[in-house]
Amino acid sequence: MPEERIYERLMKASRKEFYRSVSMDSTVEQLLEKAEKDGVETAWHRFLAQQPQCGFGQLGVCCRNCNMGPCRIDPFGYGPQKGVCGATADTIVARNLIRMIAAGAAAHSDHARDIAEVLAAIPEGRAKDYKITDEAKLMDLAKRLGVDVEGKELNDVAKEVAEVLLMEFGKPGEEPLKLVEGYAPEKRRKIWEKVGVMPRAIDREVVEIMHRTHMGVDADPLSLIAQGIRASLGDGWGGSLMATLLSDILLGTPKPVKSIANLGVLREDAVNIVVHGHNPILSSKVVEAARDPELLELAKKAGASGGINVVGMCCTGNEVLMRYGIPIAGNMLQQELAIITGAVEAVIVDYQCIMPAIANVASCYHTKVITTEPKAHMPGAIHIEFDKENALETAKKIVRVAVENFPNRVKERVFIPKEKMELVAGFSVEAILEALGGTLDPLAEALKSGKIKGVAGIVGCVNPKVRHDYSHVTLTKELIKNDILVVGTGCWAIAMSKHGLFKPEAAELAGPGLKEICKSLGIPPALHMGSCVDCSRMLIALAALADHLGVDISDLPAVGSAPEWMSEKAVSIGTYFVSSGVFTHLGTVPPVLGSKGVVEILTDKAEDLVGGKFYVEPDPIKAAQTMIQVIKEKRKKLGWPE
Amino acid sequence: MTLTQPEYLIYVDPSKCVGCRSCEIACAVEHSDSRDLFGAIFEEPLPRPRTRVVVADRLLVPMRCMHCDPAPCEQACPTGAMHRTEEGFVVADREKCIGCRTCLLACPFGHPSYDSTLKVIKCDHCIERMRRGLPPACVEACPTGALRFGRAEDLLYEEKRKKALEMILGVQEAGVVYARIEKEAPESPISKVKEMYKPVGWWV
Repeated sequence: MPEERIYERLMKASRKEFYRSVSMDSTVEQLLEKAEKDGVETAWHRFLAQQPQCGFGQLGVCCRNCNMGPCRIDPFGYGPQKGVCGATADTIVARNLIRMIAAGAAAHSDHARDIAEVLAAIPEGRAKDYKITDEAKLMDLAKRLGVDVEGKELNDVAKEVAEVLLMEFGKPGEEPLKLVEGYAPEKRRKIWEKVGVMPRAIDREVVEIMHRTHMGVDADPLSLIAQGIRASLGDGWGGSLMATLLSDILLGTPKPVKSIANLGVLREDAVNIVVHGHNPILSSKVVEAARDPELLELAKKAGASGGINVVGMCCTGNEVLMRYGIPIAGNMLQQELAIITGAVEAVIVDYQCIMPAIANVASCYHTKVITTEPKAHMPGAIHIEFDKENALETAKKIVRVAVENFPNRVKERVFIPKEKMELVAGFSVEAILEALGGTLDPLAEALKSGKIKGVAGIVGCVNPKVRHDYSHVTLTKELIKNDILVVGTGCWAIAMSKHGLFKPEAAELAGPGLKEICKSLGIPPALHMGSCVDCSRMLIALAALADHLGVDISDLPAVGSAPEWMSEKAVSIGTYFVSSGVFTHLGTVPPVLGSKGVVEILTDKAEDLVGGKFYVEPDPIKAAQTMIQVIKEKRKKLGWPE
Repeated sequence: MTLTQPEYLIYVDPSKCVGCRSCEIACAVEHSDSRDLFGAIFEEPLPRPRTRVVVADRLLVPMRCMHCDPAPCEQACPTGAMHRTEEGFVVADREKCIGCRTCLLACPFGHPSYDSTLKVIKCDHCIERMRRGLPPACVEACPTGALRFGRAEDLLYEEKRKKALEMILGVQEAGVVYARIEKEAPESPISKVKEMYKPVGWWV
């Protein structure tokens, strides 16, 4: 008898088993039960309702790029093997993949543009609620961009830097991005130059993808993927890097900070505000507005004795956690659950990873969903547009809506899970350097001696296709157990926060070498480097380490992973990791299996071209073993002891 | 030429199904008033597909009416709403349906469904298309050959040939060629993906 499959068991099993099986976070179990009692559906319900998901889509062989189609290639060879235009599975899969990269790079970079606009507005006096917080970082950025800072006022430097940065999006000509020239190691730049994937302008590479994938332009999978690589580099070493640098310059570079995580951070006695999305420009002001005495007084009058409790969700949550120690309520799949607690007065969103479902979920409770970005509206939400020229005022207006909503909370329908976990976040590259005593020497020595075998950079997303948080936690535990230092961002970081891996005491779970280092520095074995746009911090750290050791990034005993990825941004991140020379694991299967040619390029040929390659494995234990093996091989090549 | 049962049949091969649900869409369109996708989606009430792709184990199975003979639904129907056409297909007469839903309980394959406006909904084997000598809409829409239509004899002969080849090529062990060997579900690109998710996919 073949063993009984989980799916079949689920169909028969009690609801309890369904609640338990979808996540390793016990708040999910409790709130799914409440959701069903309240008649509310969640992403997990909708995921089941979507089964079976279309195989052509899963394999990437469906093309909708022109209206002679839609076309699809039969993976069994029974039906058509070419689209109407003659495109093969290889062409179609490659085109679809790089369109995903284009969307991901566009999302990160457009986020950067919004912050660059604020920087440009400061010297002109049009953004009175923002200032240059990290002057040293601005000066360093200016120098790297070739802006002359000698004898200039801070405001003038900011103005010139903003001008150069805004030009990065669409500057004409074939010159590389100034950010790439200023930050990427020379060895890498030579490789990109040689392969012909040096990014020229951030927007241009995205536009070129859209052009090349238009009907009847580029049909060669290798040439298409090369352009995908170019756009992803314009993201990692361009748009994303710009977003990180400017967030640090305007709002402060993160330093280690203590906080708490998971839905237990919501409070019965306070007005609960969830900030959700990615851009810290508004959420940082919401944090400030929530400390306004007048609004606090109003909250007390409304009956909230505990005042106003701002908590984070997803990456805007990571941004305010890293800088202000704001508690983080959960990662992407918990956005609906936060509302289902019945204890949230307002969810304030900017953009990216905000499920349109939350407006619907909120309509079952008293919660108000407030959209703030002109480019991200949502039916059923209140729209209060964010105005950077009157940032604090807008934030106060929004917080007021939440406070005034407090009396509408129905006490009988409130259920806040008890779970909350302590954590330390805030490990920017600068903070890591400071923990190391100002130089990379201790880390380099630990790596060379084998106390630390290697470094793994993990990025987030959570995905109902796999058990929520499970792959993140299992993979990380396996890696630290084998003396591999893990750094990461995004929803991975929130999973680590919730499951206790960001507590310094988690060092006990590490192998002997890593444990010793963590204990001597007082740091956890896994480090929170920020939001998903801050994967650029990992690139900067890898570049610094490679330069320090006089090698290329692809020589380092370093690996990357996206164990539960789902977004197009993750495709771009994965691609710029690979193109920066990192062996990168994907824990959910990308829509490329319909083309043997594309699979071969991604998982094999890429290594000859750019030094890194993709590796797909949903099982986190198997993935960890492979990643450890890769690190061993890299160490061997460097002549370092196993 | 009218295509009749049992001479003609639909052959279902779950190992070839990728779950695109093209058969479901084609079925709904065929049973709409406009018979056109862009018209059907605006109709009130919306047409409903009879055939459904169901997840079972790691395979996807397009589940449709088997047009049994004798058909339990037909035997159970108290009003004669469920009846057999002269071509041998079991169809439902909406006018005679009293909504008792006995046929839903009687069907061994869980096929018929019920809606208070549309009454009993079941596959009619695209009887009108059959009368024009056309294959059922679901088969026509299937892009991978998971659903095939033809003379039963031809389809089964093809299967016989495949099995015969397996036997002489020693796919089974020598000496036990005539015994049924318990095998893993046949492999397809999609079952491979599902297999990969087994350690972490709570839904697989």
